[in-house]
Amino acid sequence: MTTKTVRIIDATKKKSLKQFLLRWESFLILIFILVNIMNSIISTNYLSVSGLFLATSSFVEKAFIALPMAYVLILGEIDISVGSTVALSAVILSISYNAGIPMGICIIICLLIGALCGFINGFILTKFTELAPMIVTLGTMILYRGIAEAILESNASGGLNSVSWFSKLYWGTIGPVPYMLIIFIIMAIIFGVVLHKTTFGRRLYAIGSNRIMAAYAGIHVQGTRLFVYTLTGTFSAVTAIFLAARMGSSRSNIALGYEMEAISMVVLGGISSAGGKGNFPGTVIAIFIVGFLRYGLGLINVHSQVMSVVIGALLIIAVMLPNIKPQKVLH
Amino acid sequence: MELLLLREMRCVNLEKKWVFKKLFASREISLLLVLVILCMFFQYRNSSFLSVQTIIDMLKNYSTTMILSLGMMCVLLIGGIDISIGSTVAFSGMCSALLMRDGILSSTFLSFVVSILIGLACGFIIGLVITKGKVLPIITTLGFMNIIRGITYLVSNSQWVSAYQIPESFKKFAQESYLTFGQINNMIAITAVCYIIFFIIMKWTRLGRKIYAIGSNPEAALISGIKINRVRLFVYSLMGALCGLAGALWVSVYASAQGDMATGIEMDVIASCVLGGVSLSGGRGSVVGVFLGGLTMAIISKALPLIGISAYWQSMIKGAVIILAIIMNVVTQRVIAKNHQKLREA
Amino acid sequence: MKRVLSLLLGMVMMAALMTGCSGNDSKDTEVTKTSSSESVSNQDSGATSGRTFAIVVRSAGNPYAEKEASGFREVIEEAGGTCIIKYPESATVEGQITMINELVAQNVDAIAIASNDYDALQPALEAAMKAGIKVSSVDSNVNADSRMTFVNQAGVDEIGQTLMDAVYDIAGGEGQWAILSATSQAANQNSWIESMKSIMTEDKYLDLELAEIAYGDDEYQKSVDETQALLQKYPGLKVICAPTTVGIMAAAKVVKDQGLAGTVKVTGLGLPSEMADYIGDDEESPTPYMFLWNPIDVGRLSAYTSIALVNGDITGAAGETFIAGDMGEYEIIESDDGGTEVIVGPPYKFDSSNIDEWKDVY
Repeated sequence: MTTKTVRIIDATKKKSLKQFLLRWESFLILIFILVNIMNSIISTNYLSVSGLFLATSSFVEKAFIALPMAYVLILGEIDISVGSTVALSAVILSISYNAGIPMGICIIICLLIGALCGFINGFILTKFTELAPMIVTLGTMILYRGIAEAILESNASGGLNSVSWFSKLYWGTIGPVPYMLIIFIIMAIIFGVVLHKTTFGRRLYAIGSNRIMAAYAGIHVQGTRLFVYTLTGTFSAVTAIFLAARMGSSRSNIALGYEMEAISMVVLGGISSAGGKGNFPGTVIAIFIVGFLRYGLGLINVHSQVMSVVIGALLIIAVMLPNIKPQKVLH
Repeated sequence: MELLLLREMRCVNLEKKWVFKKLFASREISLLLVLVILCMFFQYRNSSFLSVQTIIDMLKNYSTTMILSLGMMCVLLIGGIDISIGSTVAFSGMCSALLMRDGILSSTFLSFVVSILIGLACGFIIGLVITKGKVLPIITTLGFMNIIRGITYLVSNSQWVSAYQIPESFKKFAQESYLTFGQINNMIAITAVCYIIFFIIMKWTRLGRKIYAIGSNPEAALISGIKINRVRLFVYSLMGALCGLAGALWVSVYASAQGDMATGIEMDVIASCVLGGVSLSGGRGSVVGVFLGGLTMAIISKALPLIGISAYWQSMIKGAVIILAIIMNVVTQRVIAKNHQKLREA
Repeated sequence: MKRVLSLLLGMVMMAALMTGCSGNDSKDTEVTKTSSSESVSNQDSGATSGRTFAIVVRSAGNPYAEKEASGFREVIEEAGGTCIIKYPESATVEGQITMINELVAQNVDAIAIASNDYDALQPALEAAMKAGIKVSSVDSNVNADSRMTFVNQAGVDEIGQTLMDAVYDIAGGEGQWAILSATSQAANQNSWIESMKSIMTEDKYLDLELAEIAYGDDEYQKSVDETQALLQKYPGLKVICAPTTVGIMAAAKVVKDQGLAGTVKVTGLGLPSEMADYIGDDEESPTPYMFLWNPIDVGRLSAYTSIALVNGDITGAAGETFIAGDMGEYEIIESDDGGTEVIVGPPYKFDSSNIDEWKDVY
């Protein structure tokens, strides 16, 4: 329940260099450059082309969730069940494959399961609009992972590596560039264009700013919400596919904490979780910042707990800083 | 004439229905009914369920979760959320365990005080970031969850504090009942006292009223002169202090301190609150509801292994229960709203 | 302008924080260079110094893993090499895969890994071996294609026999007993339990009835809950055997707290430091005796194995022998899964007579 700031749509806003530099995205680019400088100083084998591309493969699979999560946050809502959706989709993928179903169909089944999980989230939320998304997705988070646990009972379901083109999804590269990165960039561009250049994107911002007004303006609010949640579920399944390709197997305890990572990436990217604010390039830059930071710190073998302290602090400081100074420029 | 008769009949009908609806429309009473049914079901499946030993075990194990649910209730009531409580519990418990291990602290009472103070400090900082830094609670507590957990590991150097490094008196605290002169186990006693205190505060003090007010309608609360930020800061600090208490209790029950203790407890706590009818958008909820909700969660967790349900089905059942509970919440609310509307329109 | 300044200030703060973290926490970054080459070692210290050896343990914050890693580091540094220790944040396999990739990027010479999953690390480890890194597993195995050899704490059947005999002895030859294990996918626990089950079919153990195998997931609270459930479900339970250090500590505590130490006993594999309170011969103590091996020695043997692999003394094939410093000569033998292994030694018994001297060691 925060008071919403009024957005002044200034059509004659001059696009000055200063304006550009003061944007959140420029801040993020600055951090990105600094992170890379720091990483190359502290470890000698950081700045190799193949190494950098290899670095991306450690976080790009998680980043797929951040793409639709950005939409969810712009709507002013939240979805913490994505990690469990990933786990459940991956588990179903593995057991379908081990039941003899051809891999291509298994992938489609996986995507459908992800979409279904997202759809259930959206369905409950749109039918009972008083419910807070946090709570519903909390319940489904526990439920979906519970189903995964009930199915596999903490065994692993493996053998996925025997389908060589499947492993290639994660491990394969064109030259030094991994397939996954290419797919991710294409997806990110599509998401960004949809958000900023289509009416659908405008609708998201509208619903996020003021849901009641958006409804009065004729926007099909519940339908849009349902779609976004289903989309989130589907992309969680995409992450599940890449994760399964990486490990050649799946079990019920994978993808723990992915929801928090995805939310951190999106929030760091400038999208306010109160809804209606933020834009996409920021999200993508933030994804790369967090990813490279983790990788760089890992290269000098920083303790994983120190890493979580750093990333947590980064998140809070980054979000808090603009709030301390009085806002002279209205975005 | 007929018109008047018709009107009287309608009034009588409404009154009859109203009693029934009132029964099911009261969140707490319907929860109590569910609880009783659950107990009977479990007792039927495994007759050792309702034994004294089981109940005491259950209450002892879940006393930490139930105490934390009280704090979370206040946080949820003002429209915020705190997912960093697991880390705060671990940090405060670990700190006092480390101090005991190194011989600096040997009094049980002081250890508790230290733990509560550390938790209070954590909660206070979180509250500051939320109120002064104007960062949304979910983001703040997400960040601090990682930070505090990381600090816990660093402070303890990734080691555990084992049983023989903790003084006897502290370990005995969770098993004894000296606080109530031998009647009730200490942990249960502390939980009961907390609940009574909170019940009094929420129902009969101005502070309690303020918390409800802020949750229902922050703008109105602000205009009516309530210092929102101060209350918010208080609530988060209180949550932190309760985490500190829970941390010390945890170390006492398990007679050891690990860096990863209390991971994931925040979800159980939020689930207890939600089961108890606390609304996430603020303003709705009661201590009695949270008590019953916590009890339900505890019973489900305890009873499922006893009736032979594989451990791997537990999460699924818990998740389904939560979703059903929140849907029931909403349906009940709608029924109440409709009744009120009917009453107005009649 | 003010805004830019505040943003820059924030950046500087963060950079300071990060440099501070990587600089000061030298005991956490675990990259320690030793310059001395006057160390005592039976290896050619010229060939070892300047090499980097890495060990990836199962999870952070586990005392057993810490001791293992410390033994590893002690040997490597003594031989003049550089030692890297990686702790995954939780006992999952994804973190370990990322860490292996990071180690490959750092061009280490050897990786010793205690895995969280038997098969899932195969692509990552195969990539490491292709890059010329000598890969061996320690404590918790990976499949035969992912490793050159496996440093095993103690023979599977030996552990099974020892534990089975302990249960037989404590239960007085007959009665109900239960197992409290770690996670149900833990390779070592499962192989020990399998061994115990097959030993149990012998005539000697006919009067012992295995009531249940419970899984505490190596989490303290869960193990406590599972123990309580066991005690509740089987009132005639005589012995709880917990072949995991977390489980045995939890079970002993529950039995002691509920005052059942007179009727139910706990045994298994436990760390002396954690079990010191619970070992004794009287009615109050739940554990008359238990077993373990020295995890520090496991780490040390793993280090010696890595050094031998890097130096080319061995290739991991069965029948090869090498000298592991002051631990003596070890022979690589065939293991059940088609690969090879090296065994540290037999399990060691801890009881009231020696617990005090060992509880401070580990």
